[in-house]
Parts: sequence; C-alpha cells; structure tokens
Amino acid sequence: MTEADIRRALRRIAHEIIERNKGVAEVVLVGMHTRGVPLAHRLAQILREFEGQEVPVGSLDIGLHRDDLPYRGTRPTLHRSHIPVDIDHKKVILVDDVLYTGRSIRAALDALMDYGRPAQVQLAVLVDRGHRELPIRADYVGKNVPTSRQEEVQVRLQEVDGRDEVVLVRPQGEG
Amino acid sequence: MQEKATSPQAAIWRHRHLLDVDVLSPQELMLVLDTADAMREVLSREVPRVPTLRGTTVVNLFYEPSTRTRASFELAAKALGADVINIAVEQSSVRKGESLLDTVRTIEALGARVLVMRHWQSGAPYLVAGHTTMHVINAGDGWHAHPTQALLDLYTMRRHLGELHGRKVVIVGDIAHSRVARSNLWALTALGAQVVLCGPPTLMPPGLREGSWPSVEVSYNLDEAIEGADVVMALRLQRERMVAGLLPSLREYVRLYQVDEKRLRRASPTALLMHPGPVNEGIELAPEVVRCAQSVIDEQVTNGVAVRMAVLYLLTQRGGEGG
Amino acid sequence: MDRARFQTGRKQLAIRGGRIVDPSQGLDMVGDVLLAHGRVVAVGPNVGREAEEAIDARGLVVCPGLVDIHCHLREPGMEHKETIQSGTMAAARGGFTTVCCMPNTEPPLDSPALVRWVLERAGQVGVVRVLPIASLTRGRRGEELVDMAELAQAGAVAFSDDGNPVVNAHLMRRALEYASMLGMTVIDHCEDPGLAAGGVMHEGWVSARLGLAGAPAEAEEVMVARDIALARLTGGNVHIAHVSTRWALVHLAWAKGQGLPVTAEVTPHHLLLTHEAVMCPSGEGPGAISYNTSAKVSPPLRTPDDVAACQQALAQGTIDCIATDHAPHAQEDKLCEFDMAAPGISGLETALGLCLQLVHQERLSLHRLIEAMTAAPVRALGLDRRIPGLGTLRPGAPADVTAIDLEREWTVDPASFASRGKNTPFAGRRLRGRAVLTIAGGRVVWRE
Repeated sequence: MTEADIRRALRRIAHEIIERNKGVAEVVLVGMHTRGVPLAHRLAQILREFEGQEVPVGSLDIGLHRDDLPYRGTRPTLHRSHIPVDIDHKKVILVDDVLYTGRSIRAALDALMDYGRPAQVQLAVLVDRGHRELPIRADYVGKNVPTSRQEEVQVRLQEVDGRDEVVLVRPQGEG
Repeated sequence: MQEKATSPQAAIWRHRHLLDVDVLSPQELMLVLDTADAMREVLSREVPRVPTLRGTTVVNLFYEPSTRTRASFELAAKALGADVINIAVEQSSVRKGESLLDTVRTIEALGARVLVMRHWQSGAPYLVAGHTTMHVINAGDGWHAHPTQALLDLYTMRRHLGELHGRKVVIVGDIAHSRVARSNLWALTALGAQVVLCGPPTLMPPGLREGSWPSVEVSYNLDEAIEGADVVMALRLQRERMVAGLLPSLREYVRLYQVDEKRLRRASPTALLMHPGPVNEGIELAPEVVRCAQSVIDEQVTNGVAVRMAVLYLLTQRGGEGG
Repeated sequence: MDRARFQTGRKQLAIRGGRIVDPSQGLDMVGDVLLAHGRVVAVGPNVGREAEEAIDARGLVVCPGLVDIHCHLREPGMEHKETIQSGTMAAARGGFTTVCCMPNTEPPLDSPALVRWVLERAGQVGVVRVLPIASLTRGRRGEELVDMAELAQAGAVAFSDDGNPVVNAHLMRRALEYASMLGMTVIDHCEDPGLAAGGVMHEGWVSARLGLAGAPAEAEEVMVARDIALARLTGGNVHIAHVSTRWALVHLAWAKGQGLPVTAEVTPHHLLLTHEAVMCPSGEGPGAISYNTSAKVSPPLRTPDDVAACQQALAQGTIDCIATDHAPHAQEDKLCEFDMAAPGISGLETALGLCLQLVHQERLSLHRLIEAMTAAPVRALGLDRRIPGLGTLRPGAPADVTAIDLEREWTVDPASFASRGKNTPFAGRRLRGRAVLTIAGGRVVWRE
C-alpha cells in the first residue's frame, strides 16, 4: 500500500465506524502498541473532521498478557498503557496495524477487561493477512493481503518510521 | 501525564538472578525503571492483575523478619498472576535444622521458579544462586546488598527529579552496616549521581578509597554534607550499635546526624527526603519531617511494588543467562 | 631419641646423581646420598656407587626431607576431616618427612596419655614422622597451664593453644617462664580477640564491599608486640604462628635485632594470595563477585602490601621458616554461608609447589626456600635436640630425603589429594616444580 492507499483506507474505515455505530457518541478508540496507536490518533482526527466531535484515544500494551511468552526468549520491552476515560458501557474500538493469528487481540481483550466492562468491543485493522488461529475477526479492514506463513507484512508509519507504506516481504533464501 | 516518547534503546536483560545492582549497566538500570513505569500503570487499573506469571510459583524465603519487603514482593508476584509461598525461618531453628542449601533444594523440588530470599549473612544468596536452577532475587543479605530497594529508590528519585546525572545524594546513618547504602551507592554512581556518605567514623566502612569501590565522598559533618543536596536519604539506626561500643549514645547521634527541619532547609528547596523504613521517629528523622512536603517515604513503598514487578518480569524469561 | 617408632629401612639405599642442596651444611653439589639403617651414611660424589639399592635422581634437587611444624591432623575426634594416616600420606606427597601436629583435636592434646596415643597411632598408620605439639592450657581454655614437663617427657615437642590466641598476658608470661626451664617453645596464634571482634576476613575494602565483618591487621600486630615483650621479660622462646602482616614483621625484625628469643613462620597462602581471593576466584567476569569460602582462613588473607612484606621477610630471615598450617575440612564445612564456613586451607600437598613459584619469580632463592622448609623449622622449635640431625643430611641424621623436580609442570587437583580435605583456593592452578620422591626413615613413602 502506498501513502495514498493508507490515507484512503483510513477515511473509509472512519466512514464505516460512523455508519455502523450511528455516530461517534460512546466510541473510544484504543490503539495497540506500537503502530496501532498513531493509527488510532489518525482515525480520531478524521472522525473529528467528519462529525465535529472529539473521540477519546487510548493506548494499550499487551506485553503482560501475551500467551506466547514462554516460547520467546527475551521479554518484550513494555510500554505504559493509558486509557484516559472510563470504558464502562462504551463502544471500544481496538486499532492495530496487522491482524494475523489473532492472539494479540485476545490478549488485548483480556487487558481491556481489567479496565472495565465495555458495552461492545470492535476491531479495526489496516491490514488483514489471514492465518487466524483463534475465532477472531476484524470489523473494519483497510486491505486484505493474503500471505504465506513465511512472508512478512511490514507496516511503516510516518510517526514511527518516518514514512507511510505497507510492504510484503518475501523470505530470503534460508540457510 | 506524559506518554513515554520513545521506547528504551534495545537494552536486553541477560541476568538470571538479581543479587545486587553492581553488575547492572546504566542501560539495564533504565530498563528496570521504564518497565516499572508500565507496572505502575497496571497497579492503577481497576483490576490490577495481569496473567504474565500465571502458573509460576514465587517463594519468599526470609531468614530475617520483614513486614514491608515481604509484603511488597508478595503483592508484586500476585499482581503478575503468580502463586506465592512465604517461608519465614526462625534463627533458632536454623542451628539445629536444615542447612540453607538443603532448604533451597526442597523449595526447588516443590516446583518453585523464583526464590526471593532475605538472609542475615552477607553472601548467602550468592551461595544459593550457584546451586539452583531457580531465579534468585536478593531481598537483602546481611550488610551487603538490597538491590530492589536501590532500584525503587532510583525510581522514586527519577519520578521527581528526572535526570539523575550530577544530582547530589546524601546518605546519612550507619553506612558500615547498611545494605541499602551499598546498593544505592552502586546504582547512583552508575547513573552519574554524586553520592556523599555521612555518619560517624565508627559507622563508616573501611577502605572506601581503595579497590573497586566507585568514587564517593565521605563526611562526618551532616550540616556541611547536606548543603544543596537533591536527595537526603536517612538510614535506620539500630540500637545494638550502642551496645557494640560504636556510638556513645542516641542523644549524641541525634544531635549530630538527625535530619530535622533546620538541616533539611540547607538542602536544595526541591530536595527529596527518603528513608527505606521503618522509620525510628525522633532518631534518624525528626518527627516533623517524616511527613513533610518533601518526604517521599510513603511513595517509596508504593513504588516498591511496581519495581519488584518489573524485576520479576525481567528475570523470568527463557534463556536468560548469566547472573 | 627419635620417638616416631615407624618402620625404618634396613638396607642400603642410595639416591644418585642429583643436585644435593643442604643449607645447614652450605652444601650444593652433584652427587649421591647414601642411606642405611634409617640414617644418612654419607653425602658426596659417587658414595652410592656400591649401594644395594639405588634411585636415579639425575636432574632433580635432592634435599633433607621437608619439615612442617604446623599442621592439623584432626585425629582424634574429627576423622571426617582427616586422619593421621591420610594426613601423613598427604605430607609424603608434598615432600614432607616430618610433621608437627597441633593439639586442637577432640579431645585436645593436653594430657600425656593423649600425646602418647598420637605417637602410637602414628607409629601404626603414619606414613611419615609425626611429632605432637601439646596444648598450652588445659582443654585449650586459656586458664590453667598443662603439665609441661610431663607432656614433654611423653613426647610433646612444643606447646600451643593454636586456633585460640593466648589472651591472658599473665598466663602467657608464666607459660614462657615455665617452658624456658624445659628449653621448649610456646607457639602463639596472635590475634587480639577484642580487635578481631568476630571478623571473618581481613578488614579492608574487600570486607567492606562484601559486607563481611573484618579483623584489622592490628589484631595480629598488638599480640605479636606483646609476645615479644614477654619473651624479653622471661627469656622464654616464643614462636609466632602463621604471621601475616607487615607491621607484625616490623616488630619481629626489631626483636631479632635485639637478639630476643622470638621466631616466626609463614604459610604458603600468605605468601601468594591477597584478600581479593575471597571476592574473585581467578577468572571471574568483571563486576561479578563471589564469596569464596576456600579462601577463608585464619589469620585471613591480607593486602598486597602485607604479602610483599612477608615475601621479603622470609627472604631476609625475619621470618624463620615456612609452615603449612594444613587445615583440612569436610566439604559441608565449606559449602555454606561465608560466616559459617570453617577457616582453613588443605596445604600439605601444594606447599612446596606454591613456594617454588617464588623461586621461579626470583623473589626467593632455592637455598633459602629449602632452608625455610628443613633446617629452619627444626631450629625454631629446637627439634634437633630430640632428633639430632633432623632437617639436614649430615651423617647420622635420620634417613629423610626429598627429591624435587624443579621443572615438572602440574595442575592442583584437590580431588586427587591424599588428604581428606579438598579445601584449597588453589584448585586448578598450574604450577611448575614439585616433590617427586619422598623417603622417610630410609623407606620410599612416595614416588610420583
């Protein structure tokens, strides 16, 4: 995806959010570290543009909730989570850059429950690359990118990487 | 509330145990503090629990009585979803009973993964670490080290003062017998702070200018030493020291080394007053300063849980090598 | 009279072609040593040509059998640490043919019966000659003197409460007066308990870093000074056990200058290791410390300056001789918290090899080293009055001979020690030079 593709995808997702939720009252965007966070902020800005309303944005680090930790080596660096409003009875929209196995989302749902009891949790992702291992689906998808397991989808964002793009990386000859 | 702008530069934690802070690089120290930030946030949630250490058993093996440190570790472990077992050993039962290594072997055989130990003999955790596959956290060994205390002190200082490089930290009290002083000395100098140790000559350790000690100032005069200090840390004075002929009387000590309002005014106006607790009010601290605006003593306790969570988190990774 | 009562070789045995070094006679020549009937017959070129039995010692240094005047054989009472048999076997492997055992056994050697028991036991199972040192006070309690004359008659060669200092100056004075009547020596473990105050290592930057209670060097110095004064007052012989500090040596040098009857010994570990060995066994990574109980010893390992002072004092003669203070311990006595670990190093099998390092480094001459392990210890305790010629290769001296290969490279491997005590901070150290042949009483008791 190019910079333009990303922009268009986000605007479309924003429209879908408004349509599905009949406005943005009660909506809270929660971005998942790392790149879900700037995406959430961008969505909030677009929603403000369209609806004239401020949508609260929070961030979530799921490092402490992952279920794949025993299989990793070193611990992932932790970031501070920050949910600025009470999420009880709200419609929380998790925002992430890539949806893959679904395990991160499961961890995020776990974490969210420790903050309160939302009325609904929805999921918005920039890219869905398939290969789900859990019964998890995204409500809003920027682009479907079918991949093989060996491939990698790399999302780069201005706020984190200095430029906007999504690339599909094929594996090098493995030794 | 500020969001952390950048993630810490890829500091990788490679220690299997935490026996003292002297082996931690400045990057590793910062990694602990940053991780503690994330943990503090967890503790502020409605449900302050994460499942990170679910299924892990943490054993508190305390050969010295302790209310706050043990409770702090217990809360930290539970906040991470671990199971906790507390074992308090009476000094009398040790003489006739199991040796330290036997006890540790039993604990290991019961399936514990992390051993938090406090012992009255310096070096005990080092002996244990060399004979177990568990992760060992030193909760205080004799006079030697108390790494988590130093880390939570560092964390507290950073929250208020930000950058610690060049800050003047005065530690006053029975330095010779203080593991808190030693560990703080290592941690603070690693981050470039200027440390002044203050107390009577009879309570100063020997050889501070030789060997592999970091550079430190020594002063017998608190009024001078406290000038412009950014942090004043008072240590608990044990009454046994009088009996041992190290101090003529409590009255003398109070006159010369008690931190009171008058002395505190000589420090920097934004100076922090710290104490590892429990405080002997009226001895090392005058009653009026214990809860004054500059005192962060209670916050130290709160921060202690977050810091200990961070330590537990960092140690319990697979493939963590070394000590 | 030689009360060792162990078997002596009857026939002739010649050790041929070695470089014979006998400092007591100022001898340094290539030749043979001829032994027969448990005694040295002759020393010289080719004197062993016609001997019934011969050992080729070409390329080796041949000297009088080494004498250790300070070791702990632990029997009776602590046989899990060492026995007379295992300890004397260790001695033989280290090149020693005579050892003086300290009385801090259980029960302590404070009665003639016990002294005689040790001698008998050594006669039955001992591999080399054992000379018992009796305790100075009953039960080693530091209160009442033992029956010194009777103990001397039973075979005790000196008196000491080693392990404990003689705290009571008045008692030390009387002990010296009494012992001087018998011409015998009181050996003192100099450590002022008030100053030492529960220290488990040397008081210095390492003890401060490790958070361990330390004993300052002055704890040794003040008692050495006291003993020197008492030696002057009484004329009695004082021997300072395991001296370890520069300032004690200053007093000692002065005392000798005054002609006072004071002698001193030093251990190999005090000649080679500093208090840093407690913190960092060789090869540890930077920053990582450890609590090395194998380096826990009494008196403790000291500063580099003290070590240098000891080396110099030994070379110059302010320190008379080397003694191992062989202190074997069971594994569980060392595998514990530092405060609780038993102090001591198992040293009989490494003493010579370690001290030869000083010779290789040219801090000590070979002559002086051999003297410090043969004639000098004998002189310090006056052992040659009981056993004429002990520590020498004079004709008529006991047939105790040690042959040393100065170039033989080897690694210290405690698991292979004959001693039950495997406790040594030198484990794994590569050394150059060791005893390869030990002959006690005319019999080969060890050959590499």
